[in-house]
Amino acid sequence: MSPSSSIAAEPGAVPAPDEHHEHHPSYLVDGTTVKSWLLTLDHKRIGVMYLIWVLLFFLIGGIYALVVRLELLTPGPTIIDAMTYNRAFTMHGVVMIFLFMIPAIPGAFGNFMLPLMLGAKDVAFPRLNLLSLYLLLTGAVIAIWGMINGGMDTGWTFYTPYSTHTTTTVAPILFGAFIIGFSSIATGLNFIVTTHTMRAPGITWFKMPLFVWAMYATACIQVLATPVLGLVLLLVVGEHLFHFGIFDPAMGGDPVLFQHLFWFYSHPAVYIMVLPAFGVMSEVVAAFSRKNIFGYRAVAFSSLGIAFVGFFAWGHHMFVSGQSTFNAGVFAVLTMLVGVFTAIKVFNWVGTVYKGAVDFKTPFAYFCGFLYFTVFGGMTGVAFATASLDVPWHDTYFVVAHFHFIMVGATIMAFMAAIHYWFPKMFGKMYHEGWGLVSAALIILGFNATFIPQFLLGNAGMPRRYYEYPERFQTLNVASTAGASLLAFGFLISAIYLTYALVYGRRAASNPWRSKGYEWMTESPPPTHNFVGPQPTYPEEPHFYVEPKKAEVPDAV
Amino acid sequence: MQSSTATAGTAGVPYRPQVAAHFASLEVQNHAARLGMWLFLATEILLFAGLFVIYANYRFLFPEAFALASRELNLNMGTFNTLLLITSSFTAAMAVHYAKEAKNKQVVLMFVLTILMALGFLVVKYFEYSHKFHEHQLPGPYYAFPGLTLPGASAYFTIYFLSTGLHAFHVIIGMIVLGWVTLKAMRNEFSHYNYTAVELGSMYWHLVDLVWIFLFPMLYLI
Ligand code: HEM
Ligand SMILES: [Cu+2]
Repeated sequence: MSPSSSIAAEPGAVPAPDEHHEHHPSYLVDGTTVKSWLLTLDHKRIGVMYLIWVLLFFLIGGIYALVVRLELLTPGPTIIDAMTYNRAFTMHGVVMIFLFMIPAIPGAFGNFMLPLMLGAKDVAFPRLNLLSLYLLLTGAVIAIWGMINGGMDTGWTFYTPYSTHTTTTVAPILFGAFIIGFSSIATGLNFIVTTHTMRAPGITWFKMPLFVWAMYATACIQVLATPVLGLVLLLVVGEHLFHFGIFDPAMGGDPVLFQHLFWFYSHPAVYIMVLPAFGVMSEVVAAFSRKNIFGYRAVAFSSLGIAFVGFFAWGHHMFVSGQSTFNAGVFAVLTMLVGVFTAIKVFNWVGTVYKGAVDFKTPFAYFCGFLYFTVFGGMTGVAFATASLDVPWHDTYFVVAHFHFIMVGATIMAFMAAIHYWFPKMFGKMYHEGWGLVSAALIILGFNATFIPQFLLGNAGMPRRYYEYPERFQTLNVASTAGASLLAFGFLISAIYLTYALVYGRRAASNPWRSKGYEWMTESPPPTHNFVGPQPTYPEEPHFYVEPKKAEVPDAV
Repeated sequence: MQSSTATAGTAGVPYRPQVAAHFASLEVQNHAARLGMWLFLATEILLFAGLFVIYANYRFLFPEAFALASRELNLNMGTFNTLLLITSSFTAAMAVHYAKEAKNKQVVLMFVLTILMALGFLVVKYFEYSHKFHEHQLPGPYYAFPGLTLPGASAYFTIYFLSTGLHAFHVIIGMIVLGWVTLKAMRNEFSHYNYTAVELGSMYWHLVDLVWIFLFPMLYLI
């Protein structure tokens, strides 16, 4: 590469100052008062605020996780009493699910990237967008207030009739989750309308980046499933306060009905968490293999397919609830269909990497971890969908390991990949690549070390949500706790070098990865209205990479 | 009419709303608003759908108690309320019609009528509720109606109060929304270019009506 042509494309190179920058400050510096952030209608600033909050929630959830893991270090009491333990794993689940996993990628990266990827100046309803952030925070404050004032011991699934009888603080926490549901609906609604109405000329449905497709499918689930959860949470709050008896068998109520309504939301909800991850990864794999995505339409449609069949699979949580054998069979088959759509994606990602010019940067390292967690976790899911296998594994650590692998593993990998891939886009800085890889390696290792022992524990019969366990399970529990510490350490490293990069990082080039994603067609960080001058045109498909062998010359431009 | 510029008022050039900076055109902006409203209404229907599922479940578990308990409702009041809501839906639709023709006075009239009927609906509900309270036909453990002691009767009244209560809440929200649109109509804002607020407000009102059209047979008739 000749020095003159490569300067702009080199990571860390300082672009020559030009007039553009003086007249169009980046969204980061356009208004610096606190108010200009808190009341902003700019989707990028809202995205950044989401990012900050979900990271905080992740920290809170993570601390609870470590408390749980430390307690399980020894067979008997270790650091806390049984009741505190019950509260800790409940709060861990509630915080991680409702305050981290569900809002994380759509809230932070969806908000930031979706309009950029559609060539739009903002989302369709900017005020609603800001409102949805504040609804999330309102719900969080109410729920956290409840946690401090007593906490809740039902597990994040709130199963009745226990949840209507326990004396712990159920009402504020469920009410908080109810409000968070509105936030989720608002975000989904906004994204659907944005995708329908705000695409720039040239961006047809089949020229939308795959991340947009994934956000769109996620949004459909958010809009269609969350209202049912809203209703059922309200009912449980009412039950708890007034004991109407709708879900209480002692009063003629039907607790299985609660499970149906709850899982009608919560099973699709796992796709609310994991579809955005799939979307991120489709972007990352194309950018770092430097290849056009293999089977674009198949990847796009499989997102919709997952969203659709996801609505018919809830019964697999109820194989042991007295469901008829026929129902169990139907739900088993429907559940396995999800596996088919996921497999389509996996094959296409692998096909994309195949013969690509892989650029093994941190986001790609996370992609590798992601692929592994998705395949491994997904296969345990298919095993679970087999009703006869579910019976012995149900409510053991096998469940815990399964869902951590698939939804937490996959989603965290995507979340970390997204942070690294879009860091230069969002903040205009570069992080330290070496530390990035070290931290990715630790996190992936730590994850395995935490949850593989849990697969073994579950298979050996250790139930989940138990405070004490027989001596013979101790070795594996110690291994799992050690793994969790490694994991936490990995995240700590990331937190340090990313914060450092934010302040002292080298200025990034406007497209350090030489990515062809649409969001890179404007400056990094983007100006307030996303584009300076005339709107870009979109003659090519997204992720349109010239075949690697011929790529040398155009890449340097 | 209050506006000093020539862009407002029925007589002159119709008032043209401003297009927000991030939209390409007024058409796109209106399209987005309409689509957003449809999606929102879908979520509302799903919210009530949860209640319908609960009703179906308990109807299946306690067929007799439910059949008898539904006879305890006041069919006359229910029917009257149904007619009120259907009529109010009609006036709300007429408001849209007038808004397109920039007849803001008629828009105001239609919405005021709609709101009055909504108020009437609530008054009737109040009498129905107070009768139920008087008879102790109340949810769950508060149920103490000697006339019907079958198991499941209390569940019926739990569902009755939950669903009609949630619906009444929507009636109140609807009145607020329509009141706000009426204020805009008083300021003469609507015309062929700009009637989205009227349209969306009345769509919301149709939803309130629609939900009741399901609740009424479910609770009163079958
Ligand atoms: C960071 C490392 C993590 C560790 C060490 C960890 C550890 C644990 C443990 C030990 C349990 C089982 C509690 C029990 O059943 O007794 C658990 C449950 C759970 N975890 Fe994690 N977890 C981690 C991250 C996450 C994340 C990121 C999520 C995000 C969704 C998550 C979601 C859940 C959920 C939903 C449960 C079920 C809680 C319940 O069944 O009551 N975890 N976790
Ligand atoms: Cu599931």
